[in-house]
Amino acid sequence: MYVAVKGGERAIENAHRLLARERRGEADVPEIALAQISGQLALAVDRVMSEGSLYDRELAALAIKQARGDMIEAIFLVRAFRATLPRFGATEPVDTGKMQVRRRISAIFKDIPGGQILGPTFDYTHRLLDPQLAEGFVPDEPAVAEASSAPTPRVTDILGRDGLIESSSPASARQAVGDLTREPLSFPADRDLRLQNLARGDEGFLLALGYSSQRGYGRNHPFAGEIRFGEVEVEFPAEEVGFAVPLGTIELTECQMVNQFKGSATEAPCFTRGYGLAFGQSERKTMSMALVDRALRARELGEEVLAPVQDEEFVMSHSDNVQATGFVEHLKLPHYVDFQSELGLLRKLRDEFFQAEARPELKEAAE
Amino acid sequence: MNARDKIKEGQAASEMIVRRKAAMAVLAHAKTAEISAHLDAIMLPPYEQLREAENGLVMLRGRIGGDGAPFNLGEATVSRAAVRLGSGEIGFGYTLGRDREKARMIALCDALVQSDEFAGSVETKVIAPLRAGLLARRQQRAAETAATKVDFYTMVRGEG
Repeated sequence: MYVAVKGGERAIENAHRLLARERRGEADVPEIALAQISGQLALAVDRVMSEGSLYDRELAALAIKQARGDMIEAIFLVRAFRATLPRFGATEPVDTGKMQVRRRISAIFKDIPGGQILGPTFDYTHRLLDPQLAEGFVPDEPAVAEASSAPTPRVTDILGRDGLIESSSPASARQAVGDLTREPLSFPADRDLRLQNLARGDEGFLLALGYSSQRGYGRNHPFAGEIRFGEVEVEFPAEEVGFAVPLGTIELTECQMVNQFKGSATEAPCFTRGYGLAFGQSERKTMSMALVDRALRARELGEEVLAPVQDEEFVMSHSDNVQATGFVEHLKLPHYVDFQSELGLLRKLRDEFFQAEARPELKEAAE
Repeated sequence: MNARDKIKEGQAASEMIVRRKAAMAVLAHAKTAEISAHLDAIMLPPYEQLREAENGLVMLRGRIGGDGAPFNLGEATVSRAAVRLGSGEIGFGYTLGRDREKARMIALCDALVQSDEFAGSVETKVIAPLRAGLLARRQQRAAETAATKVDFYTMVRGEG
């Protein structure tokens, strides 16, 4: 419990003034523009959009600037902004199979139709700090090659043709799509709600949980079936227009994990799958998400629930870094009254202890 | 109206939808200043704002596994507007982002696409050049991406 405490207004105002000045950094260094953050710290922007659960590069860049690079603070700002606008409705589900692929790799088929396309990646870099970037570096023009018009089917579509992998559960006409921004969480939660929760969940939390599953806490034998990143078209079924209106494109990363088999007396064994999808180029996030998504299907697939990563209540209740921050950081707020009562109790207990010490015959009797 | 006329009318309506969607898809990718510059080449008819341009959100949806049941991925900012030409055509403008002016211009173009008088000029003077620019940007990106495609070759080991 904390009670309202009056006072400190001037201190707060001055603290915010000081913050504004600290945020600006040294006055003789140029201020960073939002376009610089959006263009040059693009992956930070992607993360803030994903976990802020709002696709808007400029707003995410502004949030990063305002938060002085504190990602969770930036995510918090974006979430708060989201609450200020009305929602027009929901888009048609995006078709990642028609993605204009900028990167697409498979760890299970070397010769995947459409090819292994590395795109802009940190993979295979030496992770040596590059002093060239410290000042005025002008990169070479990218190499070009003739683009192929061959389609890039999802690896799960290829495996699915031969029945080697389970098919995704189709949409049920009766059931509305779950939305945890509208209804509070309740358990058990269906996979649509779980994926929404994971998509906006903290990358570090999901990374650690996914990692724990690889180390044996809820093992599910994953292969990175495919990771793809690129642009997809978005269409919105606007009622007054009478057809699905194109809104433009968004960048997405998708990860298909292919996991060990399920089967039964009536069903031939096949691979199972875990799925990850996030805004922007968010590879670590979507891979972690896919590992956790698969682990959370333990109940559905008849696996024993033993590890934290398989426990949907544990995962979903702790994945949101805005909520987590709120609860952890609320400890900073005045708890003077609470603390006074604890202090009083402790003093009483200590008095009793020392009284007992001083009268050993009583202590023995008590024992 | 007989059955054949009805079918004809239905076809015309669906062709119109295809044309409007194609124009909207190009316009949504263009920058506001580009659309505005191209619109300057047309003697615009009088029009009124049917709905004040506004900002809002849409919930973006994905599919479980990429091809299964839909789920809510997260929201996006959107702007929308509606205009009516003096001749009666109503145009709608929707675009990702918070640029209301862009939504208004898309709505205007959508109305022009539906007008017999302006459909031709808006296509040749606005949509076509914007489409060419969009395709060029896409082709450039595709070419850069294609250069990062892996060519595997097999190394022969031992003496076979």
